[in-house]
Amino acid sequence: MSKIITKEDVAHIAELSRLSFSEKELAQFTGELNNILDYIHKLDELDTTDIPPTSHVLDISNVFREDTIHEHLNREDALKNAPEHEHNHFKVPRAVEG
Amino acid sequence: MDLLTSDLKTIKSYLDNGEITAKQLVSFYLERIKKYDNKIKAFLSLNENALKEAEEIDSKRQKGEPLPPMAGIPIGLKDNIITKEIKTTCSSRILEHFVPVYDATVTKLLKNEGFIILGKLNMDEFAMGSSCESSYFQETRNPWDTNRVPGGSSGGSAAAVSARLVPAAIGSDTGGSIRQPASFCGITGMKPTYGRISRYGLVAFASSLDQIGPMTISANDSETLMQIIAKHDKNDSTSASVENFEPSKAATGNLNGIKIGVPEEFFAKGIEPDVEKAVKNAIAVFESLGAEILSIKMPHTDYAVAVYYIIATAEASSNLARYDGVRYGYRAEGDTLKKMYTATRSEGFGDEVKRRIMLGTYVLSAGYYDAYYLKAQKVRTLIKEDFLNAFKEVDAIIAPTSPTTAFNAGEKSNDPLSMYLSDIYTLSLNLFGGCGISIPCGFDSKHLPVGLQILGNYFQEQKVLNIAKNYQNSTDFHTKIPGWLE
Repeated sequence: MSKIITKEDVAHIAELSRLSFSEKELAQFTGELNNILDYIHKLDELDTTDIPPTSHVLDISNVFREDTIHEHLNREDALKNAPEHEHNHFKVPRAVEG
Repeated sequence: MDLLTSDLKTIKSYLDNGEITAKQLVSFYLERIKKYDNKIKAFLSLNENALKEAEEIDSKRQKGEPLPPMAGIPIGLKDNIITKEIKTTCSSRILEHFVPVYDATVTKLLKNEGFIILGKLNMDEFAMGSSCESSYFQETRNPWDTNRVPGGSSGGSAAAVSARLVPAAIGSDTGGSIRQPASFCGITGMKPTYGRISRYGLVAFASSLDQIGPMTISANDSETLMQIIAKHDKNDSTSASVENFEPSKAATGNLNGIKIGVPEEFFAKGIEPDVEKAVKNAIAVFESLGAEILSIKMPHTDYAVAVYYIIATAEASSNLARYDGVRYGYRAEGDTLKKMYTATRSEGFGDEVKRRIMLGTYVLSAGYYDAYYLKAQKVRTLIKEDFLNAFKEVDAIIAPTSPTTAFNAGEKSNDPLSMYLSDIYTLSLNLFGGCGISIPCGFDSKHLPVGLQILGNYFQEQKVLNIAKNYQNSTDFHTKIPGWLE
């Protein structure tokens, strides 16, 4: 089987996905993803040059509504499931790395 | 009065006539859950107020106060449909303690109709899986053989209805997640047309494919529930602006004039002989009811798995970006925001979810978009055209729901690709966007249920249900219950 992605590629995708893996997991995922991608390449059998893509099956676009105030969550409810909050805001660790 | 074989309208008549109270009804199912669910493990949580809600309904009924039509009938919801004040976990550690502050539209519609939410049902984590084994909390087992899986991802919903732990349940179907477990557990499960039922409050997996639907004992019950939940919703911008679903007024009793297509590609390599035999027997029943059976071709069926696992994972990788430990859900320690995100997601998601996020991120990443995502969308068009061409000739398509009956727990859990391939017959309907229903059509030599699916064009639920109802009026597979649960 051809190797479509390397362990280094998988590490890069993990970084993009905000996931971290041990060396052992990276090796396992590399194997599994290669298997799946190899299978997926069966699509190459089809010539799709002039076929339009389908992104959505229904003929709906730009569903607008009037810009008016509707029923909405109050602040207390919106914060109810937050792991940490302070002064009516979500609280997060330092965002700028230095 | 036999509750185990009664449909929802019959149960409603027992309540209306005073043959049973809502409290007795809820207690009946709670007792069954207590007695059997330690072996089946369908429920993740129970509504602590269910008995109290039933008592309130009884007291109103006694006083002659007005009640909504289905007042007092219990129902179960898959745990990706949010329920105000009842934990909704998606079977994931990342939402282990998540208690929604509002109801999904479907939840609200069911409550308005008088249903009592009995509890929340197990599923594959974030609906990603075909066996319920990727749940963080527990592995649901098949009531017909507890060494086997119930299917997935709506496996908890299917097992609960199959074991009659609840008279009906709601599931969701992104690539077969209602139909395949319905087939494995011997129940009726409907995937309505994309956009037919509001997805507001359904935790998003793959937004161009996800659809909520009923999981029930019979097609009659699916129709009853469709009438309640299939309504346009302004809170969901992909909710189709079509007329609300109404049951067919056409007289049933035969299928005269109905043309049914049987695609040869759905009887290809890998189908178990017992499954093929049961479906072929069922086709003879449809023919004897007056339907005209036509052999049809759907040449792109074989590409559905590849297309699905590009599109669904791409959409999932984007949808699941919201789990970052900030607004809700699990949070791991990290001294910077980025470290906190990474630790939270790495500890909060299970392997299958991670695998799909990774695959989705890869196919969308710079340089690969055309080769994978765009290619998949183009082949999606070809699959869609296969269906549209078929529906020029036939009213509905009949095919097996799954190439096999329920497999053993652990059999496929270490081989993701073989798990994906078990969805080979159900995925194409989601890519097309039409409607379908899986109904029981026999048993294999191990006495495991076999299911067939009836697939219809966009918004043709009436037609599909009518065909299913006719079949169930002349067969009794849908009434069967595993012996130890009678």
